[in-house]
Amino acid sequence: MIQVEHLSKKFANVQAVDDISFQVGKGKIWGFLGPNGAGKTTTMRILTGYLPPNEGQARINGIDVNADPRAIQRIVGYLPEVVPVYSELTVKEFLRFVAELNGIARKKIPFAIDRVVEKTNLQGVYGRLIRNISRGYRQRLGIAQAIIHEPEVLILDEPTIGLDPAQIIEIREMIRSFKESATVILSSHILAEITQVCDGAVIIKEGRLKATLTRDEWGKNLEIVTSSPAGDDICSGLKQVFPAISEAFVAGPALKLEFKEAVNDLNPVIRYLVEREVKIREIKAGLEALYMKVVLAEEGRRS
Amino acid sequence: MRSVWTIAKKELKIFLYSPIAYILTAFFLLVGGFFFTNILAWANEQTMRLMQSGYPIDRLNINQMLFEPFFNNMAVILIFLLPLLTMRLFADEKKMRTEEMLLTAPVPLASIIIGKYLAALAVYAGILLLTATFAVSTFLYGNPEPAPLLTSYLGLFLMGAVFIAIGTFASALTENQVIAAAISFSTILLIWVLSWVGASGPGAWQGVLTYLSFFSHFRNMIGGVIDTQDIVYFLSLIFLPLYLTRAVFEFRKWR
Repeated sequence: MIQVEHLSKKFANVQAVDDISFQVGKGKIWGFLGPNGAGKTTTMRILTGYLPPNEGQARINGIDVNADPRAIQRIVGYLPEVVPVYSELTVKEFLRFVAELNGIARKKIPFAIDRVVEKTNLQGVYGRLIRNISRGYRQRLGIAQAIIHEPEVLILDEPTIGLDPAQIIEIREMIRSFKESATVILSSHILAEITQVCDGAVIIKEGRLKATLTRDEWGKNLEIVTSSPAGDDICSGLKQVFPAISEAFVAGPALKLEFKEAVNDLNPVIRYLVEREVKIREIKAGLEALYMKVVLAEEGRRS
Repeated sequence: MRSVWTIAKKELKIFLYSPIAYILTAFFLLVGGFFFTNILAWANEQTMRLMQSGYPIDRLNINQMLFEPFFNNMAVILIFLLPLLTMRLFADEKKMRTEEMLLTAPVPLASIIIGKYLAALAVYAGILLLTATFAVSTFLYGNPEPAPLLTSYLGLFLMGAVFIAIGTFASALTENQVIAAAISFSTILLIWVLSWVGASGPGAWQGVLTYLSFFSHFRNMIGGVIDTQDIVYFLSLIFLPLYLTRAVFEFRKWR
């Protein structure tokens, strides 16, 4: 359980985080979404006890991160944006160091290492020097060091940045599996990543909280981009056939659908459209639509 | 305590896996050896000359003729050498972005600092031990007094320990190793030459500056004298930079 209340952090003359509040329930995966420099990393650093906030409070499992950073660090696993590894050491030596650093009892260290090596698929590079392993393995090693002490909360800063598509899928699956044992926060500026992995998302921009969205909310919104314009008759047809659809309208080349609750199976809707010869080019999950609305509306207001 | 050992072990591994420790050792032995043979040759020549002129040979002292200048030279080499040993301690963590992992690990900041400090100190002690071969070799051909040799080594060790503490502090200030080395080198040098300033300054200052300089304390120990005052001086100059290192990290959080 992560509770953040009115958190603010100011550096010399930059307000990096400005009055952010949100909550993440136990066993959930939440995403921090926002452009680069939005304050995602700073917020994460506050949550790990690395930086103290200027104002506000952050609590993890009821413990104030600022009052007792040591206690926080025992229950939090953290993967910084740049994977922290020592290239002079081997994977084995590094994991042993991290295990000791996290205060794992000497006798239990081999088991802890075995567990994370298996979990992150590092068997192939176990004896190698970190200097000589690939980017993908490094990232996995970074995750391994974050989970070695079986943390209750896992904070991952851009866990898939710089990876190839196959590696991204692998890491995402890994993150999803952490849900069984931990609450996870991850930051990303890739919308698809958040929709695929997260139960909710906090949209941050310029240090401010722009929106808090849950999977239920973005699951209700859908945008279907078509290459042949769908007429109003299609919209009214959709609403009649599918009672779950509360709103359907055409906006430019897109057909926008709002559901009464999050949709699990979209196939009937697509079949309906295909049968009526609507050419579908792209289906945008609701988060993308909502994100654009939040971020662009802001820019529109300013200009 | 365990976390100090964990950090120190990792630090030692990195020292020993990278060429730094070996190159520095080779450098120190080479330059040290050069000075030693030179001073030895000079001492030989002086002894010959004095004997020829009828000077009573039992009044010649190998400790004074050989070891005092030798240890003074070694101390000067350390001013150059030790900043190179300590420069990476924190600067490298910062540059490689591993610092964040260390600082968010459930270990006290003090353990990290002390662990790193001890690792560098251990490497230094190892190098110092190797130079003992110079001193030991003189026992084969002469009979130097062992006590002043031991206090000299203790003095050299303590002074190096101070240099390493200063270097640790300098390394925490920057992510650039060269800058870290430059800061520690110039700090050490300035403290070293305080005695020169002291020598020419007004009365009250003279005492203070001479006390602050390494020089007078080190000279006592080369001379075979162990004074608690000197030990306290060295220990406090070890403690102070390490304490300031901690302050640097505390300060940076709020910047």
